[in-house]
Amino acid sequence: MSVTDIRELSAVAAAAEIGAGSLSAGELFSAYRERAAADRVAGPDGLNCFTWVAAGAPLTDVSGPLAGVPLAVKDLFCTEGVPSQSGSRILEGYLPPYTASAVSRLTEAGAALLAKTNQDEFAMGSSNENSAFGPVRNPWDRERVPGGSSGGSAAAVAAGLAPWALGTDTGGSIRQPAALCGIVGLKPTYGAVSRYGMIAFASSLDQAGPLTRDVCDAALLLSHMVGRDARDATSLEFPYAIELPTAERLDGVRLGVPEELTGAGVEPGVLEAFHASIVRAQELGALVSEVRLPHAPHALSAYYVIAPAECSSNLARFDGVRYGMRAEGALELVDMYTRTRHDGFGAEVKRRIMLGTYALSSGYYDAYYGRAQRVRTKIAEDFRSVFGEVDFIVTPTAPTVAFGLGEKTGDPLAMYLNDYCTVPMSLAGIPAISIPCGLSGGLPVGLQIAGPAFCENRLLETAHALELALDFDGTPARV
Amino acid sequence: MSDSVDTANAGAGGVLEAVIGLEIHVQLATATKMFCGCELSFGEPPNTRTCPVCLGLPGSLPVANARAVHLGLMIGLALGSELAPRSIFHRKNYFYPDLPKGYQISQYDEPLCLGGHLGAVRIHRVHLEEDAAKLIHVGSSGRIHGSDASIVDFNRGGTPLAEIVTEPDLRSPEQASEWLKLLRSTLRRLGVSDVNMEEGSLRCDANISLRPAGTSGLGVKTELKNMNSFRFIERGIRAEIARQAEILRGGGQVVQETLHFDPASAAITSLRSKEEAHDYRYFPEPDLLPVTIDPGMIDAARADMSELPAERAERLRAEVGLNAESAQLLAFRGELGDYFEAALAAEREPAPEPQTLANWIAGELVARLAEGEDPAGSRVEPGAIAALVGLVGAKRVSVGAGRQVLDRLVSDGGEPEAIVEAEGLAAIGGGEDLAAIVAAALQANAEAAERVRGGNAKAIGPIVGHVMRETKGRADGTEVSRLIHEQLGV
Amino acid sequence: MRCTVIGRDEVLHVARLARLALSEAEIEPMARELSAVLDHIARIGELDLTDVPPTSHVVEVSGALRLDEPCVSLPREVVLAQAPAVSGEGFLVPSPQA
Repeated sequence: MSVTDIRELSAVAAAAEIGAGSLSAGELFSAYRERAAADRVAGPDGLNCFTWVAAGAPLTDVSGPLAGVPLAVKDLFCTEGVPSQSGSRILEGYLPPYTASAVSRLTEAGAALLAKTNQDEFAMGSSNENSAFGPVRNPWDRERVPGGSSGGSAAAVAAGLAPWALGTDTGGSIRQPAALCGIVGLKPTYGAVSRYGMIAFASSLDQAGPLTRDVCDAALLLSHMVGRDARDATSLEFPYAIELPTAERLDGVRLGVPEELTGAGVEPGVLEAFHASIVRAQELGALVSEVRLPHAPHALSAYYVIAPAECSSNLARFDGVRYGMRAEGALELVDMYTRTRHDGFGAEVKRRIMLGTYALSSGYYDAYYGRAQRVRTKIAEDFRSVFGEVDFIVTPTAPTVAFGLGEKTGDPLAMYLNDYCTVPMSLAGIPAISIPCGLSGGLPVGLQIAGPAFCENRLLETAHALELALDFDGTPARV
Repeated sequence: MSDSVDTANAGAGGVLEAVIGLEIHVQLATATKMFCGCELSFGEPPNTRTCPVCLGLPGSLPVANARAVHLGLMIGLALGSELAPRSIFHRKNYFYPDLPKGYQISQYDEPLCLGGHLGAVRIHRVHLEEDAAKLIHVGSSGRIHGSDASIVDFNRGGTPLAEIVTEPDLRSPEQASEWLKLLRSTLRRLGVSDVNMEEGSLRCDANISLRPAGTSGLGVKTELKNMNSFRFIERGIRAEIARQAEILRGGGQVVQETLHFDPASAAITSLRSKEEAHDYRYFPEPDLLPVTIDPGMIDAARADMSELPAERAERLRAEVGLNAESAQLLAFRGELGDYFEAALAAEREPAPEPQTLANWIAGELVARLAEGEDPAGSRVEPGAIAALVGLVGAKRVSVGAGRQVLDRLVSDGGEPEAIVEAEGLAAIGGGEDLAAIVAAALQANAEAAERVRGGNAKAIGPIVGHVMRETKGRADGTEVSRLIHEQLGV
Repeated sequence: MRCTVIGRDEVLHVARLARLALSEAEIEPMARELSAVLDHIARIGELDLTDVPPTSHVVEVSGALRLDEPCVSLPREVVLAQAPAVSGEGFLVPSPQA
């Protein structure tokens, strides 16, 4: 096989070829490593997907189910002895002494660590423009953003620089960049994948998941990530094994379209692609109905209280004492703290720390954090009630296609609206997948499918059937 | 027990009364830290008992130690607290170099245990939390030039603590210190902590305010931090009461603040003004799920509990038959109680009468040991003192001879019967020998004998004394007295 | 709760709590941006949330506790390797009393 050929293989296909002896794991790794390293060397002239690329193939047991297929991992997963900086100046060059549970599970299953991917600083952002290591470019249009915060992972997979990648999703950070880059992104049920070793943004929302070229790859990667981890008290035993999906029809599957997430605020081209894919679903036998999520319009507000509040506390550990950077020349403790954090954090991170600190501070807790947690209860109740009527909820993943670099950086609120369709599921802790469902103005549109907690297998089957029918061509993105 | 500040000192306001509540931090006797598997540190070299979790490394997560919860439940049961079926860990946010995550995981409005009492003092709550690390001040350093520096050692960071908070039911420094001793013996008996104040496994803060005696409102309180001995607690509280009384006497207002008592200079200094900097921004710890307590966990905690001092005192009184004073003494000085019960359990013949045995242990034996010495560590086997008290009770050894036997037991150990044999200390019974000695004593003290015959009971003393001298104390006093009266025909 | 306006003093107070230095030029934009976001967030103030319990955890399982079993601690050289300033056996910081 030629180098170009083997990069065309899906991860599932590549693992099968290696297992059958018709493809060498080392050859596959080299093919990807070469391209990833070239992107890294190109810096701003490339896509800037990576913050670190392996010098050579790691020692991997290719007899495992993942057969040595290379894996790109979002920067915020701690990887022992490999820079893990969460896109932040304050952690520049940080080498953790341990590896995140999700990553070790995958490498134990035979995945080979290829690269660490660029991201918004501490996963705060929807455009990957908040990285201390520069913005990532969208392979569909280099002048546009890939989405975020897992922008490096999404762009790398879309551009064929990695067969698949790990990301994390707090309010849409897997699904939205997957949508903007024309690939598949899955946020699992909260608690399905261990958070141990993921540099935290918002602990009650963060969840690791796969970014892949197709739904089968997502299922394969996820199947080796889920499960209880004694190091994460919020992780759960997944109730069944994740299977590779095979469904081609959607007969009798009930899809609900919530009017709150499919109306004003979603741009026409996105809505058009969304509705076209709903028609395809009906052709496959799905039963489509309108449903109501009355509190969904308040999800963004609740999210932008809860996530900053948790982050203000989670990021307090970056104090210049044990790791990371420390501002030079501070003679006094408070001065050392405040200058280190001023210099080490980017503007968006500082904004969210301020917002969260304010929301938790004396006199404001009840009005902000307390209320937001009650809204969260209502949102979860909305979903529970809707899942009595339908099997899945379908929405556009993001209200827009990929927007221009710099277009929204001056207006934090406009940037936050990117998460409008993805945040409700995050607050409810339920699984949701984004699959590419068409183009608008030559740019990919994502379709989000969400279901009740632990419905991943059914979710993957539904996504698989739709993926087949939609027959989205991701090839233009290959670089 | 209310301790009032003298009217003369209190000035125009009249008699002031101190209102004191205590907050006690108890280091729990687990093998590992509160939220990670690092072993607890007892003087290991700095930063050798740490891991990603207790160093607060990026990405690490806490998982609560089941044993710490178990020990917390035991404390709650011992204090008669209500055990919360569901309690929540919160984050207490503040920056300090000894706090690696920038927050302490503690419990806030839903603690593990609520209410209860120990003795006359009501318990407000008991909750679990993690200890801070240790800062070592090193003076000026080349690395941070021109300024003083400290070194952080994270070995202690994350050690499990139970914080016990009382209601403000204490009224004097002495009472506070006495109650704390009771709490300490209770915790030691439970085995939940080694409660060593010098090593910091028991630390006490006091909240102190004054009010006019007889009123029920509360004055402005101050918090006196981290007093590490019973003596300092008494002195610190006394000094703070005096300081507040002087302020109030001068017509001033006590300011709510956190204070430090320096035992060397007896000075009280302000640590920081509470309202200024501290807004802890408590919120539920998202990395930990609520702790739910099921009946099985409570049963397990109860099963692990040894008898508490108050329960033991009641049992020693009601079942063993001790008087209330002895029962309390043996219960609250657990080592004496243990020794007493071991002596009873030795089942010596003739069997010692329990109250007499308690008197011998708490009186005669303790008087012969160093202050605070545990009799279990002495040469006197519990069975030996039981045997001795049995011999005295059966009148086979007189009380006086018994004391001599005890002297020998304390210095050399051994068995009472053997000592009695070897030293010839056996009581001289009521046979011919003693009758003859009594007869001789009456002859030698004819005048006294005449007065006894005439009805003066006190005159018997010199006669008994004579007999005792002759028998070297081995005669039984009652028998001697009986023989004197018999021979005088009265 | 509409039209939340965060002023300069409040920004400085919150920055102090968060241990963030702000340059003079950063204060006003921060106040403006926070006000805009808080104004949007304030919409949740319009909801009737009487008797609605707060959700801290979406996972409904009881506390997963850890057995009191020791793990191996990290070697000190590893512990100190990433620190900006160390002195012998520990992390070096400006003294809090200084």
